[in-house]
Amino acid sequence: MATTMAKALNAALADAMAADERVLVFGEDVGQLGGVFRITDGLQARFGDKRCFDTPLAEAGIVGFAVGLAMSGLRPVVEMQFDAFAYPAFEQIASHVAKLRNRTRGALSVPIVIRVPYAGGIGGVEHHCDSSEAYYAHTPGLKVVTPATVDDAYSLLREAIDDPDPVVFMEPKKLYFASAEADLSTRTEPFGRAVVRRPGRDATLIAYGPSVPVALEAAEAAREEGWDLEVVDVRTIVPFDDETVTASVRRTGRCVVIQEAQGFAGVGAEIAARVQERCFHALHAPVLRVSGLDIPYPAPMLEHTHLPGVDRVLDAVARLQWDDQPDARWLPATEAAA
Amino acid sequence: MTTTPRAVRRASPRARRRPANPADPARPLLPDAEPVSLLDPTGTPLPARTDYPEPAVDLLRELYRRMVVGRRFDTQATALTKQGRLAVYPSSRGQEACQVGAMLAVRDTDWVFPTYRESMALVSRGLDPIEVLTLLRGDWHCGYDPAARRTAPQCTPLATQCVHAAGLAYGEAHQGRDTVALAFIGDGATSEGDFHEGINFAAVFKAPVVYFVQNNRYAISVPLSRQTAAPSLAYKGVGYGVPSEQVDGNDPVAVLAVLTRAVEHARAGNGPFLVEAHTYRMEPHTNADDATRYRDGAEVDAWRDRDPIVRLEKYLRDRGELDDEAVAAVAAEAEAYAADVRERMNAQPTVDPLSLFDHVYAQPTPQLIEQREQICAELAAAEQEGDA
Ligand SMILES: Cc1ncc(C[n+]2csc(CCOP(=O)(O)OP(=O)(O)O)c2C)c(N)n1
Ligand SMILES: [Mg+2]
Repeated sequence: MATTMAKALNAALADAMAADERVLVFGEDVGQLGGVFRITDGLQARFGDKRCFDTPLAEAGIVGFAVGLAMSGLRPVVEMQFDAFAYPAFEQIASHVAKLRNRTRGALSVPIVIRVPYAGGIGGVEHHCDSSEAYYAHTPGLKVVTPATVDDAYSLLREAIDDPDPVVFMEPKKLYFASAEADLSTRTEPFGRAVVRRPGRDATLIAYGPSVPVALEAAEAAREEGWDLEVVDVRTIVPFDDETVTASVRRTGRCVVIQEAQGFAGVGAEIAARVQERCFHALHAPVLRVSGLDIPYPAPMLEHTHLPGVDRVLDAVARLQWDDQPDARWLPATEAAA
Repeated sequence: MTTTPRAVRRASPRARRRPANPADPARPLLPDAEPVSLLDPTGTPLPARTDYPEPAVDLLRELYRRMVVGRRFDTQATALTKQGRLAVYPSSRGQEACQVGAMLAVRDTDWVFPTYRESMALVSRGLDPIEVLTLLRGDWHCGYDPAARRTAPQCTPLATQCVHAAGLAYGEAHQGRDTVALAFIGDGATSEGDFHEGINFAAVFKAPVVYFVQNNRYAISVPLSRQTAAPSLAYKGVGYGVPSEQVDGNDPVAVLAVLTRAVEHARAGNGPFLVEAHTYRMEPHTNADDATRYRDGAEVDAWRDRDPIVRLEKYLRDRGELDDEAVAAVAAEAEAYAADVRERMNAQPTVDPLSLFDHVYAQPTPQLIEQREQICAELAAAEQEGDA
């Protein structure tokens, strides 16, 4: 059946609510309106306003309220309206959601899901397009997942709601309404498993969320240049699947990590470091990163310059030292000139 | 320097036409302009009030007993910092009426949301003092089982617990239980957003929460005048549609009476209630603080004359409900309690470095398993070196 990620997420919420009456869905405009992206469409009508409801406009309040509900034995799923509007909740997330289990030696757990529509490419104005995954991934105690396919959107969200730990569920906005064939009743891979979306022999592209379609498109385009590229979809940033990633890079010997977020101290940097540590002797070239620029997310008319697209990925692939020559960009000035 | 609790001007006749309280038309939304007080500082009863009946005398004797034990515990804990047994201790000396009164106002099945200041309240609730001090000794972040004791971990990020209390209370009601949540908060922390978000959420969702502000007049060094221009912190309820009351926080009888009524209000399904207690912390913010940098001794001395334990003892003696023998028995109990704390705190706690990985997630991630193995190897190597 052809459907969209938005509909898959909606189905996952509905199925989880039907399966477990402890699941509550709340946030800003999620009730009657069904959310600004319609992810909660129809849930209030079907399950009533005690199970799906609007809250006051206060993100720390929403997340802190969820902490209390979880302490009482419920399983809250909260929506942050946009990436940058989750920042007011950061103290609750970093100091309580992430730490309560550890702090209480497991006596309390916080099985809550914080859904965050994130990233750009939708022509959104300021504060609506941040890629905020690194903040969460850097915080021990949180799981951070991000689907790139319709199937995964359904499956990962069901998994997130069932998970005994808090999950920050990052939804790539630009993929919400792309449609694909999907069988929503099935589960895909569990948390902690990356997936090879496209096998290839020459180099590995590692991507997650909104960058997976970019990687796949780049791999397709690379065929014309004679490169056979493998694409790995990380799916769950935390827990991270070193095994799948490492196995792929050991096979191909070359690796480009792609992320839409600004690059400095980002998730891509972590992945590149891990690959380098684990695959050094299998590598024929340094691990390269393709990311957004280290700038605040730009205004809509400039976002195409910021976003890492197919060309930028292919440029990186071209720099993977196919002729065994070092990358001139990183040589000291004297040697590069010679 | 002024030494008495902020005197709030008597409301003018016009101001007495207060906004109606939709949750409970019988009582106005605005608090009384004066803190509720049932005993004067000398322990002499003030005219009885129909809205705040005096608690049963058995309860008052129990209040006295727990306050004496609580203060002795608090003194012992401060002493333990000097011996290096505690990393830090925030004393609540002077706030006994609030610490203990609040715990007598709630049931064992109710939830309590303490801050770092509430050690005395928690031991008064019956938690093991060693488990209460675990956070401050530094062997783990929370020493007790919050689910079993229905007591949230002592909360350090200011005011964040106010929202948890709202969620917990709403969740309990949602599941058909009549639990009340009592959230402690300090005067300074009422400036934090989470206090406002918490009380607003509780009000909108009619969650049975009692927000209990211990206004001890300082947030570390910063006086109340830097936190608010409101006539009283209790007035912060009205903007959220939450009824509130001020109470003389050094009058144990009044604190218990007001909190009992606040808890009843919440349990009856009327939504949250806000109580501001005017009190004073006699000790520095923690043992590491130097209070002489921001307040003078005369101010502290003036509050010594408002001692809550002296006040209750005098009242109970005057009523013939307490005699020398009973006072001595309570003092002996407090000594024994402190001796037990001292002795048990003298034992060096065992900590296990490998437990660092046990509770980050329900199941450790592969990365944590790797790091655990690394620490295992480090420990083994260190042990071997020690043997050699
Ligand atoms: C969010 C946050 N900011 C700052 C601090 C540091 N801090 C700890 S206690 C304190 C003063 C709090 O004063 P108050 O709320 O009046 O409570 P009291 O200590 O007097 O009981 C401060 C600033 C903190 N714990 N959390
Ligand atoms: Mg204070």
